[in-house]
Amino acid sequence: MIARSIALAVVALALAAPALGSDSREQQIENRVMCPTCHQLLVLSHSPVAERMRHFIREELAAGKSSGAIEHDLVDQFGPAVLASPPAAGFGLLAWLIPAGGLLAAAAVVLAFARAWRRRSSADDDTAEVSPELLRRLELELLAFDE
Amino acid sequence: MRMRSAGRVAAIALVAGLFLLLVVHMATAQRGAAVAAAVAAGKQPVAPDFALGRIGHSGTLKLSSLRGRVVVLNFWASWCRACKDEARTIEAAAERWRGRGVVFVGVDSQDFTSDARAFTRRFGLTYTSVHDGPGSVMTRYGVTGMPETWTVNRAGRLVDHIAGVTDGPRLDSAIERARRA
Repeated sequence: MIARSIALAVVALALAAPALGSDSREQQIENRVMCPTCHQLLVLSHSPVAERMRHFIREELAAGKSSGAIEHDLVDQFGPAVLASPPAAGFGLLAWLIPAGGLLAAAAVVLAFARAWRRRSSADDDTAEVSPELLRRLELELLAFDE
Repeated sequence: MRMRSAGRVAAIALVAGLFLLLVVHMATAQRGAAVAAAVAAGKQPVAPDFALGRIGHSGTLKLSSLRGRVVVLNFWASWCRACKDEARTIEAAAERWRGRGVVFVGVDSQDFTSDARAFTRRFGLTYTSVHDGPGSVMTRYGVTGMPETWTVNRAGRLVDHIAGVTDGPRLDSAIERARRA
């Protein structure tokens, strides 16, 4: 009985796998593409053009096209702004480099502050050191106090 | 010391560059709205020029190449229901004004070219339509919803703007005004 159930489940999964695979690919593309009229991710949009784009993606997937080729076709039709993230080439490369540059700059600033703070605190330690003259006076005063 | 000042200059340049990009982006978006506002105020701003690929034919059409003729620019998309309602009105006007120094140009925006071709066939559009897939020309004209129709006079200046579906008499009066202006 158990063996039979397992066999049935395996067959059901095997049959559903292609559909599940294609659905997730469709959603992956919809997560990487923008609706040109409402400027939302395609997966969130229900505008007429978004519905049409969704239909186009399904057709292209059914025709066996790769995700990259479908996105390329969408860029051909709607321009590079249809992609949710800009291409890592040409002017779009700036969008990738600027945040990375910003992070590096922020790390450099933090490092510089940390160094300056450490230098200052060690300088403060130097000034806090008690001079021999002061020690001598302190000892004299303590002796006088004891007497 | 020199390193520190170089870093400071680089940081200032980066911030200035980002600020400039933001300003350019905002200015482009507002320029379109300003064009519509100017026409509504009775002014005649220069029609933003463009060169776009023709739908169903090879080659591009440059707006400034039509200087000397009145141009009716109709922004549409195949997925726009109101554009379907309007298509036959625009085609009828194009036929009415043919050979009288008036050129009709359809600007198919944010649309698939294949759908645009099917749309022109379905509604029997005989005038030239061009493809503005990214909608950049649409933005420069401040188009906020489709359909919208602009009329350009012989000097290449915008004289009339119709937001939404138009009808024959309204279109004819816009063309007459452009012929006089």
